[in-house]
Amino acid sequence: MSVNVLAAEDPYIPGPSSFDLPPIFGEGTVVTKPMVQIVVFGLLAVGFLYLAARKRAMVPGRLQFAGETAYGFVRNSLGRDIIGSHDFQKFVPYLVTMFFFLLFNNWAAAIPGIQFPTFSRAGLVYGLAAISWLVYNGVGIRKHGFLGYLKLQTLPSGVTGPVLLLIVPLEFFSNLVVRPVTLALRLFCNLFAGHLLLILFSMGGYWLIFQSEELLYAPVGVVAWLLFAAIYFLELLILFLQAYVFTLLNAMYIAGALADEH
Amino acid sequence: MDGNLNMIGYGLAAIGPGIGVGLIFAAYINGVARQPEAQGRLQTIAILGFALAEALAIIGIALAFVL
Repeated sequence: MSVNVLAAEDPYIPGPSSFDLPPIFGEGTVVTKPMVQIVVFGLLAVGFLYLAARKRAMVPGRLQFAGETAYGFVRNSLGRDIIGSHDFQKFVPYLVTMFFFLLFNNWAAAIPGIQFPTFSRAGLVYGLAAISWLVYNGVGIRKHGFLGYLKLQTLPSGVTGPVLLLIVPLEFFSNLVVRPVTLALRLFCNLFAGHLLLILFSMGGYWLIFQSEELLYAPVGVVAWLLFAAIYFLELLILFLQAYVFTLLNAMYIAGALADEH
Repeated sequence: MDGNLNMIGYGLAAIGPGIGVGLIFAAYINGVARQPEAQGRLQTIAILGFALAEALAIIGIALAFVL
């Protein structure tokens, strides 16, 4: 590739606009890539669990073993250990659904050719956080009644005196208002930042190797691409971890809403 | 060369959560080294603490783009 042809181009600077994908079916339509992804990978998650659970053989095959291990992981480490063995079973379907839905959608970002994390679009994440907010508040209100639940969430046990004036609004704000926002932001921003980093290293490396005027920049570009590969594998871990953390926090909130007063 | 001061601010803001995450995993490694059988229980707590500390960095990056 001759250097002087491409020399004048500016490097591509990734930013929030890198995530505004155009409609798939041309101008004027509304369907974009994340919208297709959320449906397709949701269906894939359903398909995986259905196929894994279909045979229910005594001696599990490979697929069934994978499905059972993953299901058992969510059921035991997220359901039983967090919510408690007394009433975790009601919530296992919810947690398993959430986890697999997130995991499949997150790992979409790691499939070459797709490579776009569905939940790096904030709107989709706010939907999930709203579901979580409705679930944990609904569960708490059903168990304690509206006033009892409000008391549970805003009044830490053992606190008396004028400090309550400070504690109660703070607890209300933190437990009932900010929680869904941080839950959503955590997932969204992790995927957003991770994807931004990948764009930065790939496009930066491309610019350094092929488009910059200095020939000496090319080796640095190669290093950038090597780092890109390393970060890609780190991303695999982060994508899994975010699905896990989102479900873990869901379980924690449910456990908190179910907790008896001490 | 042009850029945005927000990003420098974000870099500064990320120091705190960075130290926090480091401390959390240091404590986790310590705990597992002292009592390997507690790993399963410590792992959940460590990842939860990591998620909570990291939330600050994450809110930072959101604000760096928004402000």
